[in-house]
Amino acid sequence: MARLRYVITLVLACAGAASGWPAQAQAPEKLPVVATFSILADFARNVGGERIEVTALVGPDGDTHVYQPKPADAKELGAARLILVNGLCLEGWIDRLIKASGARAPVIVTTKDISPQQMREEGRIGPDPHAWQSIANAKIYVANIRDALITVDPGGALVYRANADNYLGKLDVLEKDVTAEIAKIPPGRRQIITTHDAFGYFGTAYGFRFIAPEGVSTETEASARDVAKIIRQIKAQNIPAVFLENVTDPRLVKSIASESGAKVGGTLYSDALSSPDGPGGSYIEMMRNNIRELSAALAQ
Amino acid sequence: MQLHELFIAPFAEFAFMRRALVGSLALAIAGPPLGVFLILRRMALTGDAMAHAILPGAALGYLAAGLSLGPMTIGGLAAGLIVAVGSGVVARTTILREDASLAAFYLISLALGVTIVSLRGSNIDLLHVLFGSVLALDDATLILLAAIASVTLIALAALYRPLVLETIDAGFLASVSRSGGVVQIMFLVLVVLNLVGGFQALGTLLAVGMMMLPAASARLITDDMTLMIVAASVLGMLAGYAGLIISFHAGLPSGPLIILIAGFIYLLALIFGPAGGFLRRLKPGRHLEA
Repeated sequence: MARLRYVITLVLACAGAASGWPAQAQAPEKLPVVATFSILADFARNVGGERIEVTALVGPDGDTHVYQPKPADAKELGAARLILVNGLCLEGWIDRLIKASGARAPVIVTTKDISPQQMREEGRIGPDPHAWQSIANAKIYVANIRDALITVDPGGALVYRANADNYLGKLDVLEKDVTAEIAKIPPGRRQIITTHDAFGYFGTAYGFRFIAPEGVSTETEASARDVAKIIRQIKAQNIPAVFLENVTDPRLVKSIASESGAKVGGTLYSDALSSPDGPGGSYIEMMRNNIRELSAALAQ
Repeated sequence: MQLHELFIAPFAEFAFMRRALVGSLALAIAGPPLGVFLILRRMALTGDAMAHAILPGAALGYLAAGLSLGPMTIGGLAAGLIVAVGSGVVARTTILREDASLAAFYLISLALGVTIVSLRGSNIDLLHVLFGSVLALDDATLILLAAIASVTLIALAALYRPLVLETIDAGFLASVSRSGGVVQIMFLVLVVLNLVGGFQALGTLLAVGMMMLPAASARLITDDMTLMIVAASVLGMLAGYAGLIISFHAGLPSGPLIILIAGFIYLLALIFGPAGGFLRRLKPGRHLEA
C-alpha cells in the first residue's frame, strides 16, 4: 500500500513537472521553495501559505555574509521549484552553490525594482544589500515573491494574490506604527552605534543615523584605532546609545559603551530573524522589536 | 610632546587601551616562562596542540551560556586537562608515543570544537573564539588573567628545582625522587591554565604565540636558565606594548599584531642572538680550553 502510494506520488510529480505543474493544482505536495535566509523565507511563507514548503539556507541568528554551505543545502536547492535570493551581493556563495547542486529551478532576485543604496565595505563602495530594513522595500520584496510564485504555480494565483494583499496590509499597519514611534524620539537623539552596518535603508527611510564601529563588514577585526575613533565620536556627538546585534561580538560593544558613557541598548535584529520563540521570530516581530528597543534606549 | 603622543597618550586617553595593556602584560608575565620550559623539554608543539584541545570545552561553555567568561573558562580548562592527561595515559599504555597521541587527541578536539560552535548556527562566533578580543577585556577577564599569572608564578617558584632537574636530566631526578610524574602533570596544568586565560584575550590560536615566541627568542639570547625566563617575560611584555601601540596608530587588528611583533623579535633573535643565533653560528668564538 505504502509502495503503491509512493509510485502514484512519483507519477503525479513527473506529470506535474512535464506539464508545468498547473494541471495538478489539487496535488497534495507543497511547492518546494528555497530562500537564502530567514527573512526572505518569512516573506515567502506569508505569501505562499499552505501551498508551499519554504526552506531557509541560513537559519535564524545565522550570518548570511559568511555562511558556509552544507551538502544538505545543495540537496534542498536541487529539489526546489523556486529559489529566492536577495541579490545586491548579500549571498556571495549562492551562484557556485546553485551551479554545484544542479538546481534547475528559476532563481528570483527579490530586490528587483528596489533602488539600492550605496555602502562602504572594505574600503570599496558597493550596493547595500540590507534593503528589507525599510518597510517600503519589504513590500517590493513581497510583490516580487508573489509574482514569482504565480509564474511557477499559476494554479495558485488567487491564493497568492489574496495572501500577499493580506500581508501587505499588515506591513502598512507596521509602517504606520514605526513612523509614529519614531516621531516620539527627539530628532537630536536619533543616532546610535551598532556593531554591523546593516541599517542604511532603515536610517534613510525613518531619519536615523546608524554608526557602525567596525565600519566595514562583520568579517574584519576591529583595530585599536577604530575603537578609539568610535569612542571619541560618541563623546563628541553625544550619541546616546550603543546597540548589540544578534550576529557580532558583544564584548567589544560593551567595552565601548562602558568607556564612552553611552547606554547599551537591547538586541537589534538585522540580517537574521531570531528563533521562532525569540523576540524577532518573523519580519514583523523583528521590526517591532527593533523599534521598541530603539524607543526604550533613546526616549528621554 | 611628540613622544608622549606616540607612546603614552593612547593609554592615557582610553581605558580600553589600558585594559588591553594590563591584560597583555599579565599574559606575558606567566606564559613565556612556561614556554621556556616547553622549549627546553622539546615540547614546543605541545602548547599548540593544547591550544586546539581547549576549543571543544570552550565551545560547550559558549553553547551553554554564550560569550561568557565563567563557562568558557571552565569548559576550556576541562577539555585541556582531559587531552593532557589522556594523551599521557595513551603514551604509557599503548605503543603510540606521546607526540602521536597528543596529535590525535587535539585533532579530534579541534573538529569537535568546530562542530559544536556550528551547532549554534552562527559561524562568525567561531572566529571570536578562535581569535579573542584583546580590546574588549572586562573586569572579570582581567581579574582572571591576573589570578592565572599569580598562580603560575607561585607554582613555578615552588616547582622550580624539580622542574629544572626534570627538564635537564629526568633520569637523575627519577633516581633521587619520585616527584617527576607529579611535576610533569602540574606543569601541563599550568600550561593549560595559561592558554585558557590567553584565549580570552588573544583567541585559542594566538594565545600559544604569546607563550612560545618570546621563549624561543630568549633561548637564542642567553644560555642561562634564570636569565632566559626573565628575558622571555620581558620580550613578551615588549611585544604586547608595541603591538597595541602600532595597532592604535596604524589601524591594524590588535591581537594578531601583538603576535606579529613577538614574531619580529624572534626573527631578530634568530639573526643576532648571542646564544646560537645565525650570525653567532657563522662566526664561532674561541673554543673553550680545559
